[in-house]
Amino acid sequence: MEYNPITVTDLNRYIKNKVDNDEYLNNVLVKGEISNFKHHYTGHMYFTLKDENSLIKCIMFKTYTPNLKFVPKDGMKVMILGTVSVFERDGVYQIYCKAMQEDGMGSLYTAYEELKNKLEKQGLFDAKYKKPIPKFPKSIGVLSASTGSVIRDIINVSTRRNPNCYIKLLPVPVQGKGAGEKIAEAIKIMNQYKLADVIILARGGGSLEDLWPFNEEVVAHAIFESELPIISAVGHETDFTIADFVADLRAPTPSAAAELAVPNVNDLLLDLEKYDNRFKNSLKKKIELMRLRYEKCMTSRVFKEPLQKINERYISIDMKVKQIQNLITNKLKDDKTKMIELITKLDTLSPLKTLARGYCLTTNCEGKIINSVKGVKKDDELIIRFQDGSSNVKVI
Amino acid sequence: MGKEENINFEEAMKKLEEIATELEKNDLDLDSSVSKFEEGMKLSKQCSQMLEDAEKRISILLKTDDGVVEENFE
Repeated sequence: MEYNPITVTDLNRYIKNKVDNDEYLNNVLVKGEISNFKHHYTGHMYFTLKDENSLIKCIMFKTYTPNLKFVPKDGMKVMILGTVSVFERDGVYQIYCKAMQEDGMGSLYTAYEELKNKLEKQGLFDAKYKKPIPKFPKSIGVLSASTGSVIRDIINVSTRRNPNCYIKLLPVPVQGKGAGEKIAEAIKIMNQYKLADVIILARGGGSLEDLWPFNEEVVAHAIFESELPIISAVGHETDFTIADFVADLRAPTPSAAAELAVPNVNDLLLDLEKYDNRFKNSLKKKIELMRLRYEKCMTSRVFKEPLQKINERYISIDMKVKQIQNLITNKLKDDKTKMIELITKLDTLSPLKTLARGYCLTTNCEGKIINSVKGVKKDDELIIRFQDGSSNVKVI
Repeated sequence: MGKEENINFEEAMKKLEEIATELEKNDLDLDSSVSKFEEGMKLSKQCSQMLEDAEKRISILLKTDDGVVEENFE
């Protein structure tokens, strides 16, 4: 009898073909817990998916890893979509993962996205509603767990920046059922009694489930309605909760929130010193300027030769007097010339001159000049004036 | 502390900046300059006093039926 064995390669190839041709295995959705997780330097992820009784090897190639919404870790419960196939060389079958989601988180993610979109549409995230964070708050309200590193970090950072800071902690549960309502109530209490100038809402890192209270609508509305400005510092830098979007300012970590809320007192004292110097310098400058002006005044001619102005005035007066004198002299001269002219004219017009040329002037006894023959009758007595005298005549 | 407590630090800083700008503009007469200078120095002194005199306090707020009571934390 002749044996006819096939090779291992042939066998594995046969099995691979069988598996690859199975439609169900081509697109399988499987849930389990991650273990032995390795993120290889090539970018591929290698891990095992297990439940209480069984396990299967898994690979996620780096082409798919960027789509992951979380960082897979050992112990995480996940849901995987992938293809089951055989790795011929090792004779093992494994899941080639295409997508992976935190199990049970699927519904939370959807709820998160839905609420985020809804609140965004309502305008709760609008920049125009963001209140400014006071630069120098007298007291800082912290809403957080009363134990743990979060409140420690905040106290440490705050007291380092301002050794005399005033922090008021209002403890709130930061995870679990009912935490959202308690947080919202705490925000309202802070506002009702105006217990601080600014509020820090803080929580350490955790899974989406842990951070869930900060994604609740009741918290979002309480933050939005708060009159006191709120800084949110929930989870790690990479975690974004709805509270972060509604808050007036988001801090990546609780320590960062303390830095944003508490001014560094040394910086402030330095600022004050700068002002003091500015005041002193400008006053010094002012006084120096005044001194220069005074000196300039004192070197001016008025102070050096005080009589000069007076002398100038004297000269001016003298000139005026001279001018007046000239005017009067000229006026006299003009009048005299005018008088001579008039006298000459009068002389020319004198009737005596006409009498000298042989003419006579006839008047009646009343002295009225007779210049027409009609004015005389027979026996009228007239007076005839000659150049050198007059004689009485009778008309015949 | 009395009166100093009533100043709003933020407003005081704004006022300090205003005084400094005014003084540096140099168009004040000497008397006004001196009084502005005095005002500024006084305000800055009040501010630093306020920072230095503030007491460190870390308290915890406890809800009661009547409202909120404040107790020392740690």
